[in-house]
Amino acid sequence: MNIKWFKYAAPSTFYPLAGRMIPWFWVSAILFIGVGLYWGFFHTPGILTDQKEYYRIIFPHVASAWMSMWLYIVLVGWALVGLIFQTRISFMMAEAVAPTGAIMTFIALVTGAFWGKTSWGTWWDWDPRMTSELILLFVYIGYMALQSAIDDRRRADRASAVLALVGAVTVPIIFWSVNCPDPNQCTALHQQSGMGKVDPDIVIAMLVTSLGFWLYSFAIIFQRVRNIILQRERNTRWVMELPEVKRGK
Amino acid sequence: MWRGFTTMLKRDLVLAMRRRTDILTTLFFFIIVVSLFPLGVGTEKEILRKMAPGVVWIAALLASMLALERLFADDHADGTLEQMLLTPQPVALLVLAKVTAHWLLTGLPLVLIAPLVGLQYHVGGDVTLVMMQTLLIGTPVLSLIGAIGAALTLGLRGGGILISLLILPLYIPVLVYGSGAVAESMAGGGELGAYFQLLSAFLILALVFSPWATAAALKISTE
Repeated sequence: MNIKWFKYAAPSTFYPLAGRMIPWFWVSAILFIGVGLYWGFFHTPGILTDQKEYYRIIFPHVASAWMSMWLYIVLVGWALVGLIFQTRISFMMAEAVAPTGAIMTFIALVTGAFWGKTSWGTWWDWDPRMTSELILLFVYIGYMALQSAIDDRRRADRASAVLALVGAVTVPIIFWSVNCPDPNQCTALHQQSGMGKVDPDIVIAMLVTSLGFWLYSFAIIFQRVRNIILQRERNTRWVMELPEVKRGK
Repeated sequence: MWRGFTTMLKRDLVLAMRRRTDILTTLFFFIIVVSLFPLGVGTEKEILRKMAPGVVWIAALLASMLALERLFADDHADGTLEQMLLTPQPVALLVLAKVTAHWLLTGLPLVLIAPLVGLQYHVGGDVTLVMMQTLLIGTPVLSLIGAIGAALTLGLRGGGILISLLILPLYIPVLVYGSGAVAESMAGGGELGAYFQLLSAFLILALVFSPWATAAALKISTE
């Protein structure tokens, strides 16, 4: 089978493809998040009697926390592909992923604060996982700050890609150092995730919600990447001949 | 190859010696920050002792970060940097020489002034010694990581404040184990070996990867 792997690496072919895919991602994102949250809120047993009902914030919390970390890996992946193959679309993808990653990190922190207030009695605790998530937010912000501080697009793309790679090497070390400030005795305070011990209904609802968050990320990142393409390629013939661009004039 | 390294090192040191205030600024920044904390939080001996490890290390992070902007800026402004990138010498080696000079001028003075902080915060001789040792291993790591940030933000508007946004999160492991070791020695011994091994591991990692990443960043920034 002859697949043209690089056909959609050109902005002019990727732009319409992304446009066709976005509605599907939106529909399925809403569907999955709706079903996941409905299942989580109404079809899971109230087994954690000591935690009452507020544990149900776990569904958006875990989904956004997973996405916040996954999207950083995606960002680094696109940065790496961009540096190796010098493809414009990869840098645009990396640029488009960053704000969504930062927002997911922020949602994870805020929902975590609400959960912490009700179950631990405090909005914030310098617990390793919370601190790691906060640092991840700083890393995203640093990336976006560098990206927007450089006027020359080519330099902005490649400099922020190098920063993302440096971050990819150091972030695991940072997380580990935060997790284990005393190298002689490592303990984590945040409850360890034990998927096996959790009620299957909760796991299903959590996975479905996370999938929904992922689909949402696809939809919003593709929309953003389309905007970036229009902005950067505004002087090319194919952009000028797009019906939506013509109509605006 | 080594001659390229030593020539660059000597050149940077000579240039700095011709303008000594630059070195002293960093040093006095460190001393002032450290001296402001007791004024802000009160001068009780117990509180000061408890705070000392964190204060010393955070002041060191800020001081070494502030000095970073000048690492490549002058050479970039007068075009020397581009000539350096064009030489047949490996760029990473020249970067390593510049970072070494930078550390000798901004990091080493902090290590040497640490006993003064020890006196200000009533921490005692043994702890001061540990403080100096951790600074000796840790500050080169700060200079090496910071060089990447300095290279990426070369010649940008508001470069200084941008560096802090990029680099401070990456300083966290050094901060955690640097101040951790001091606090541990203050709590009465314990095993300090693990802290020093980790800090040394960071130094080795930074020595291997940072000049290389900095060289790549410099090429991106100057083309």
